[in-house]
Amino acid sequence: MLHVVGLGCARGGAAVLSNVSFDLVAGQALVLRGPNGIGKTTLLRTLAGLQPPITGDVVMPEETAAYASHADGIKTALTVTENLAFWAEVYGMPLDLAVLDRFDLAGLRNRQGGTLSAGQKRRLGLARLAVIGRKILFLDEPTVSLDTGSVAMFARWLQGDHLAQGGIAVIATHIDLGLDAPVLDLTPFQSAPGTGGGTDEAFL
Amino acid sequence: MIALLKRDLRLALRAGGGFGLGLAFFLIVVVLVPFGVGPDRDVLSPIAPGILWIGALLAALLSLDRIFALDFEDGSLALLATSPLPLEAAGLIKACAHWITTGLPLTLAAPLFGFLLLMTPEAYGYLLASLLIGTPALSMIGTFGAALTVGLRRGGLLLSLLVLPLYVPTLIFGAEAVRRGAAGLDASGALILQGGITAGCFAILPFATAAVLRINLR
Repeated sequence: MLHVVGLGCARGGAAVLSNVSFDLVAGQALVLRGPNGIGKTTLLRTLAGLQPPITGDVVMPEETAAYASHADGIKTALTVTENLAFWAEVYGMPLDLAVLDRFDLAGLRNRQGGTLSAGQKRRLGLARLAVIGRKILFLDEPTVSLDTGSVAMFARWLQGDHLAQGGIAVIATHIDLGLDAPVLDLTPFQSAPGTGGGTDEAFL
Repeated sequence: MIALLKRDLRLALRAGGGFGLGLAFFLIVVVLVPFGVGPDRDVLSPIAPGILWIGALLAALLSLDRIFALDFEDGSLALLATSPLPLEAAGLIKACAHWITTGLPLTLAAPLFGFLLLMTPEAYGYLLASLLIGTPALSMIGTFGAALTVGLRRGGLLLSLLVLPLYVPTLIFGAEAVRRGAAGLDASGALILQGGITAGCFAILPFATAAVLRINLR
């Protein structure tokens, strides 16, 4: 379902990764590893279509992917339920409030986003992924600021709901989620320093 | 699309600074003018259309930098860019939400403010019509400017410098329509040209906004 062929991507006009290739079928996850600055976020942003690849191709069915960044995109003036309802409506999905229990947010449903703690915000950000009903997820450090219980809860959802129902996930993370998933170390794909970044230069 | 419009309007209502701020700013500008030029009817009455239009321009400018900046900071802009909603539609909706929160209240309150400036009674209808036709263009041009400066530090100042010159045609024909109305002349030409500018803005700028956002999100 997700084919990545010879992908090269750039950050700030400098190539960071080249020749990344992998294939994922329904129900599979891939964990991205590598030291800081290796290009995990850049790769995920390229996969999600936020920036064009400099070489190679990403092949997947249209309108099936979703991206979750470092930032959760939570509106501080909206309540937990309103935040989720907004994303459900944007993606044209019905909002099933059972998701609140799933991510331990039921007690917070009428709290405004701005009053949540960092971990609660993250849980709300992850609950968004369950609401939008997308098959392919690109997750950038999904467990930042989560406690161990919440990490386990998220891993259970990912394995038991998302992947079990034929989903795909590409996850950049430093901790072990306990997933039954192959690990891709990005170090061998690092571009040689000084290689041109391609596409950006035309604009700069 | 409706979801984004509802969310933006709700945010404008809750976070404050949406409906009230632009209107209050407009009121202050209009109230300050008689202090500056004197309360004489012969002085105020002829300049009232121009003052009202410049006031509307500045009030619309006030909230522009918030259109994309907040969504950019909390990450929802990147999430919106990867959602099924095209960025072109997002730009259009953002402009509409900005108009509903600033342009529309300004238009509705303008006749009252015209009274403060001793505007000729015949001009009220033209003031209302020209603001109704012209302010959507202000929001759309401003949304494009906000997309250009999103992610920049102190982008608000740069935004004003970019956007104000683009407001000139709307200002010229808007004020001209009211002036001609006040003088009892035919104002339809100015209003039609204004409508053309607004229609042109809405036809082109959503695409420009989306293109610029895509580059800024890279």
